[in-house]
Amino acid sequence: MSKFDLKVNDKVYTVNVSDDTPLLWVLRDHLNLLGTKYGCGIGQCGACIVHLDGEPVKSCLLTVSLIGGKSITTIEGLSENGDHPVQKAWKEIDVPQCGYCQPGQIMTAAAFLEKNPNPGKEEIREAMHGNICRCASYNRIEKAVAKAAKN
Amino acid sequence: MNTKKHTIDRRSFLKASALTGGGLIFGFNFFTACKPEVKPPVDISKLNFNDFNGFIRIADNGVVTIFAPNPEIGQGVKTSMPMIIAEELDVSWDNVHVVQGGLDTDVFKRQVAGGSQSIRHGWNPLRETGATAKQMLINAAAARWGIDAGECTVENGIISNKNGDKLGYGEVAVEAAALEVPKNVKLKEPKDYKIIGQDIPNVDVDEIITGKPLFGLDYKKEGMLYVSVLRPPAFGQKLVSFDDKIARSKEGVVDIFQFGNKIAVLANSTWEAMRAKKTLNAVWENDSELESSEDHDKYLLDLLDSNKFKTLRSDGNIKKAFASADKILERTYESPVLPHNCLEPMNFFASVTDEKIELAGPVQTPKGTAERIAKKLDRDFKDISLEMTRMGGGFGRRLYGDFALEAAEVSNIVKKPVQVIYSREDDMSAGIYRPSTKYRIRAAIKDNQLIGYHLKEAAMNGNSWKGMSDFFPAGAVENYQMDVVNYKSEITTGAWRAPYTNFLAFAEQSFFDELAETMGVDKVQLRLDLLQKVKGTKDKRIQYSPERMEDVINMVIEKSNWGKAKEGVFQGFSAYYCHNSHVAEVADVVMESGIPVLKKVTCAIDCGIVVNPLGALNQVEGGVIDGIGHAMYGNLNFVNGAPQSVNFDSYRLIRMKETPIVESYFIENDIAPTGLGEPALPPAGPAFANAIKAATGIRLTKQPFIDNKDVFG
Repeated sequence: MSKFDLKVNDKVYTVNVSDDTPLLWVLRDHLNLLGTKYGCGIGQCGACIVHLDGEPVKSCLLTVSLIGGKSITTIEGLSENGDHPVQKAWKEIDVPQCGYCQPGQIMTAAAFLEKNPNPGKEEIREAMHGNICRCASYNRIEKAVAKAAKN
Repeated sequence: MNTKKHTIDRRSFLKASALTGGGLIFGFNFFTACKPEVKPPVDISKLNFNDFNGFIRIADNGVVTIFAPNPEIGQGVKTSMPMIIAEELDVSWDNVHVVQGGLDTDVFKRQVAGGSQSIRHGWNPLRETGATAKQMLINAAAARWGIDAGECTVENGIISNKNGDKLGYGEVAVEAAALEVPKNVKLKEPKDYKIIGQDIPNVDVDEIITGKPLFGLDYKKEGMLYVSVLRPPAFGQKLVSFDDKIARSKEGVVDIFQFGNKIAVLANSTWEAMRAKKTLNAVWENDSELESSEDHDKYLLDLLDSNKFKTLRSDGNIKKAFASADKILERTYESPVLPHNCLEPMNFFASVTDEKIELAGPVQTPKGTAERIAKKLDRDFKDISLEMTRMGGGFGRRLYGDFALEAAEVSNIVKKPVQVIYSREDDMSAGIYRPSTKYRIRAAIKDNQLIGYHLKEAAMNGNSWKGMSDFFPAGAVENYQMDVVNYKSEITTGAWRAPYTNFLAFAEQSFFDELAETMGVDKVQLRLDLLQKVKGTKDKRIQYSPERMEDVINMVIEKSNWGKAKEGVFQGFSAYYCHNSHVAEVADVVMESGIPVLKKVTCAIDCGIVVNPLGALNQVEGGVIDGIGHAMYGNLNFVNGAPQSVNFDSYRLIRMKETPIVESYFIENDIAPTGLGEPALPPAGPAFANAIKAATGIRLTKQPFIDNKDVFG
């Protein structure tokens, strides 16, 4: 067990966990930030995506000891009132079916649009390719990313 | 049919009783008569609300709480079922607050998510619930005004009379609940619907997009231990012994023990439980034959050649028809085992004490699961409470409740609250899979007419049941037979989205495409001509409606520009009835670098009244893409009883760049609604395969399509 100071959603938390604990489980089991989801544990589904200094990362593969002073943003911290343009677009398009993958989808889309505010259709499809939606709400995800870019 | 008067059993009324915390609770139960008391679906002792019944609670300020009775797996019933109540109750949707009801066998009936049946079975009871409550509120207002109830009108939860007096539902709720339950309530005409037929967003959308804890894995209780379970690595193996010395030395591990044929690792966190499990040293022995997919293929093909079949339906004389045929078409279709891969892996919470059993988590069959647990632990069913969480997908896997049973068994041993959590690897290797199934279809053609149709099914552990033999083309071909046979496998199989038909539709709709080619007739016209023969049938067994099937076919033809596609676009058609809905689809394929790429699927659906078009379209889009994805990539290969893919690095699910645009159209009618969670899936694979045939000349008869090197390189 080691102590780590983690900056999550602009707050500093001290956690006492094993060095090899993935950030995903620190968020979920120790900080009770349950919006970041477990889907595969091997970085293949995107359900666990958070931002590390603004970059999208798979939190299931990022061990806590490698984070250092970097700033973590989870779905809970993406916006204060759920009104990030991506969240608003997700709501307007009514994207979710089961909803489980959607925090990861939203975090991927938000980081992508930050870098590429006016993406083309193919760029959107490429950017969202790493996130699995088992309900296959892909048509709406595509539309929502385009809408968020427009707004 | 929607205005028919329904009778509510007077005896199901529960009298009002005062609550300690103030306010009154009123309940009545439309589904199970003679019950002495009705328990509210959630603990309402702290609320100052007036309960109207198991489904509705009306607050003094007019805010209406509606309990969603059925499990939500992404099919949208937490939104659509309350919409139906709200419609008849005549309240503004903006004033409705939806809460997931818990398992309550007194209040609710058929709390199951499966078979696309929630809306179909709920349609009448939900409308009656809303309409009865509305009538009682009107009666209370009329009594207060001293007028006849017939002189009152209602709009958005406000009751008015001719003098311009107005009373909100909240103002008369207490009086209303003390009144007699009206015996006959008039239901609305579809033309008067204000909520049904409107686009209503998912009631949980705000919570989902902000990451609020909604799902089973998000369920936490003070003192809860996280449990990772080691199960046999292969089907057909038994635990002999295990060494847990290293595992016990790992941080956070609280306990390790065997239960049944498995080992539970209990720890203070998910990661610690999963990590310690990997260090267990277990010895397994073979308890039965360790099966491989190769063996399954051989067994099933041998069975198709055998005479061990059970006949589900037989019309005319198949033997004679084939003997007199001047042309026979025969094809064999093959499918692999599929895992469900709900993105939220299986999990469940259980807290077993001497006094009670608390359960919480994602399950499609809360009642059946609680009953199994009561039996297994030899406890009274009444000791059990079960809280239904939102589910990160179901697809049939969560019908089985085996994961909840594990949680209850483990908690029963340690007498502590626990949550059993499957890793993705656990989830994929301890599945209750879609069985591998093979079909052989033969058609007898004489004078270029279809005179005989014979379908044989061979499936692991069985697949089709009698109802499937009454689907198209039953009734349309004079000599018709459907036979089934199964091979008993150690590998557990069960329902997978659109069970029975998810592959049957592929076989038959591919076959009809080829049959039309063989007969030299138009592919769509062949189906329409056959449907003509079923019209006016007196055969009550026939499940589909030829008229409704004809409607969706005509609609999809028009919307997809069938036969008039742009140059370079190759189209494939299919039409299928299952889960009480009729669907026709056209797939548009183009060739890119010599490979067929699916660009668009046009879909026409008749599911009767569309309760929530916004949600309905989502179900259709998802169902089509899910059907395409699994037909294209899905394959769980077994070697010596163990699946060879246990995570998404080696098991391929469809992703964004591989998805077509789905365009959906609904037939508008006033027929009572049927389900949508499944019916769009089965016709998707064959529409795609038929388009691939049009584009490449190669006919696919095996799933997954991607394994066909001639087509996909």
